[in-house]
Amino acid sequence: MSRESWLNTALLLALVAVPGWALWADEPFTITLATRAVIFALAAVGLNIALGMGGLVSLGHAVFFGIGGYAMGILASHAQTYTALMEWPFVIEGTKSMPVIWLVAVAASSCAALVIGLLSLRTSGVYFIMITLAFGQMMYFFAISWPAYGGEDGLSIYVRNGFPGLNTLVPIQFYGICLVWLCIALLLYARLMRSPFGLALNAARQVPARVRAVGLDPRRLQLVALVISGGITGLAGALFADLNRFVSPSMLSWQMSGEIMVFVIIGGVARLFGPVAGAGFYVLLEHLLGGVSEFWQIFLGLFLLAVVLFGKGGLVGMIAGRRGNG
Amino acid sequence: MAEPVLATHGLSKAFGALQASDGISIDLRPGEIHAIIGPNGAGKSTLIAQICGALAPDAGRVEFLGRDVTRESTEARAARGLARTFQTSALAMEDTVLQNALLGALGASGRPWRFFARADRDASLRARAEAALEAVGLADLAELRTAELSHGQRRQLEVAVALTLAPKAFVMDEPMAGLGQEGSKRLTGFLDGLRAQAPILLVEHDMDAVFALADRISVLVYGKVIATGSVEEIRRDPQVRDAYLGEEA
Repeated sequence: MSRESWLNTALLLALVAVPGWALWADEPFTITLATRAVIFALAAVGLNIALGMGGLVSLGHAVFFGIGGYAMGILASHAQTYTALMEWPFVIEGTKSMPVIWLVAVAASSCAALVIGLLSLRTSGVYFIMITLAFGQMMYFFAISWPAYGGEDGLSIYVRNGFPGLNTLVPIQFYGICLVWLCIALLLYARLMRSPFGLALNAARQVPARVRAVGLDPRRLQLVALVISGGITGLAGALFADLNRFVSPSMLSWQMSGEIMVFVIIGGVARLFGPVAGAGFYVLLEHLLGGVSEFWQIFLGLFLLAVVLFGKGGLVGMIAGRRGNG
Repeated sequence: MAEPVLATHGLSKAFGALQASDGISIDLRPGEIHAIIGPNGAGKSTLIAQICGALAPDAGRVEFLGRDVTRESTEARAARGLARTFQTSALAMEDTVLQNALLGALGASGRPWRFFARADRDASLRARAEAALEAVGLADLAELRTAELSHGQRRQLEVAVALTLAPKAFVMDEPMAGLGQEGSKRLTGFLDGLRAQAPILLVEHDMDAVFALADRISVLVYGKVIATGSVEEIRRDPQVRDAYLGEEA
């Protein structure tokens, strides 16, 4: 086994052991922290498909995160007030069922990714970053100015949504749901990386001219990557809203996009477990230093600087060395 | 005379006041190597870019396999069987040698939308990729990262990726660039045999290679073809000697 496989196994074990210990020691807050880390990691796995494999520096992934969050918020608030979401031409009711909410969240955020991708993939480099940022800001201000769903104040949901056979209000059960999703996403990432699609996408990031010369369209490959990426980040958004039982425009803010990107960069771009390491580290730092000073992000910034300057492989790269192939 | 595989008709392209292509009409016939030579800045790269679809001409047509492809994208032309090599190697440096060859095979298969299968375990992709690496003598280095290859080996891989496409015509942009005498000789020998598979439009600075390989030569000066003919005809042409070859030829 390579060093990276050992590290990945250790991280996976930690994802089971830490909440396991918290359950035993009766520390529900630790479980909530771990859930937060797992959901952030899921969002970052989504971004890693676009950023790591596809080389798409998207500063608009909060759009997908937020759409996932609002999918949950809107459906659940209608179910909460017993009002229909839409009455004409046919009736759509709200719902408190997680599987339905997930489905809507993934579908909506994938569609958003498709539209944003179609428009923004005409550009590249700095312009791509700016266009994705612009879409993010558009959605952010749209959410602020839409009073039907809370506007600036956001939407509160009183009871966490349900999953058949589970009591989602028990922290460890909700954590389990999130962890299963993270594992599925990691599995998907690992398969994608080695698939024909992944091979072509990896090449499209490095030498688009070559990809065209063998008869493939790099932009279509990147568009599909962005759609998959947006869907996963959207799912994470729905889970995040459910964790907090609250969704607000801040989920759509560009700071959120930046945070998701920080998870990936700190953990290791294009590394399978990079997003897990990055999100875990972030939540840990936020918890430990957040108590000391409200300016804790200064330390995060210093660390980010160190990663970018000295270790391009992020945390995973520092511990496991350079990425192997295949 | 056989129908040409690839032909340009009055191809013109200007960048501001600079006429990079000025009514270029050339063709590539089955089984031949047609070399394009010319001094620096003659418009050779601009010509290749228009033939391969990276650049749209201001006027004129590109015909491939009897079809007007002037408005088709690079990838559409590649899918029809037009394979090119790049002047400066365009390879995925982080990937292995085999992965680069697999990419070519994947392009040729036209089926990149498979998300769960493993690319390196696909028997037909692998067979194609390995055969191409074998042909250029890189089979032993298949698992090496491309960044670790020497310059000469990258040039070989560049040709191998084109081979995986099993193309109807090759367009090669200075395949000998930066190769030593030894490497240049080896590649010349290889291209010599390749013309049986598909004709080659060869842009090259290495005159030894051109004179050894070419069935026909076209001389490009300031965006214009000033002469086309056999090696002997070009060697003797006074206009060509004047413009390009000088006294050494």
